[in-house]
Amino acid sequence: MKCEELLAMLNEYVDGTIDPAVCEDFEQHMAGCNPCQVVVDNIRKTITLYKEGKPYELPVPFRERLHSVLRQRWKETHEKPEERKRRT
Amino acid sequence: MTNPQTPEVSDHELVNRAQAGELDAFETLTTRYERRVFSLALRMLRQEQDAEDVTQQTFLSALENLNGFRGEASFATWLFRIATHAALKIIRKHKGLKTISLEEATEGTDQADSVPHPEFIADWRQSPEQLVEKREIQRLLDEALTKLDERHRLVFLLRDVQGFSVKETAEALGLTEANTKVRLLRARLQLREQLTRTLGDPEKQVVRKHDHAH
Repeated sequence: MKCEELLAMLNEYVDGTIDPAVCEDFEQHMAGCNPCQVVVDNIRKTITLYKEGKPYELPVPFRERLHSVLRQRWKETHEKPEERKRRT
Repeated sequence: MTNPQTPEVSDHELVNRAQAGELDAFETLTTRYERRVFSLALRMLRQEQDAEDVTQQTFLSALENLNGFRGEASFATWLFRIATHAALKIIRKHKGLKTISLEEATEGTDQADSVPHPEFIADWRQSPEQLVEKREIQRLLDEALTKLDERHRLVFLLRDVQGFSVKETAEALGLTEANTKVRLLRARLQLREQLTRTLGDPEKQVVRKHDHAH
């Protein structure tokens, strides 16, 4: 296996969907090729970092608006029709 | 998927209670996922206003369709699917008639042989576990993501950040699975390149001598 062929198989290797026979070639290449080994390791770490990344906080006014819209909609969809009629 | 802050009540139980008419349970679910839905939308759209619209639409849609949710997928997956479709709708609207799948049909350059080769190769100075705790890292991650063009960014976000399967990602974006995989590979390689330039240890840089066969 050449470096280039390894690169083309990278997704399958990292995601664990690689054909076992190809996997053997892949790992054999890596054992003798330090750059490829480091690239694979970098890729795994890149994915992990993004997966574990922290979410953004909601802007406070938007969060308040969101919850008030949801409560309002909840009322409209969960109130019995006669209750709604009585109020209007 | 559970939230470490409120591990005592499962999503499943909250969904059941909300389906039985408990508003509090629905609000707890909203609080649990609103930041992740908002972040997904913001990373897809890069516009705060659009991300707010998508977040609101997502939870409204979840509220209205809650009784149709049968738990085949997890609640989180269901919610992220709604958010993804809402965000894609905005992206397509911005582009007018040119949809993402049309873009694929005319682009024709997503060949595996045009995948960029890694240039800066070095071990990182710290582990992802150490890095993730640092505030400036999130900025670095978001900057790198913003530099990706849309077709690579969307695939990476859905597949690697949200955990969609390749098939689900392809379906959501109107791409073939083969094309999705090539875009994913390019996205991963580009992000690796950018992050390694900042996080890699120059003393541990390895240089590829030439393409060799083993």
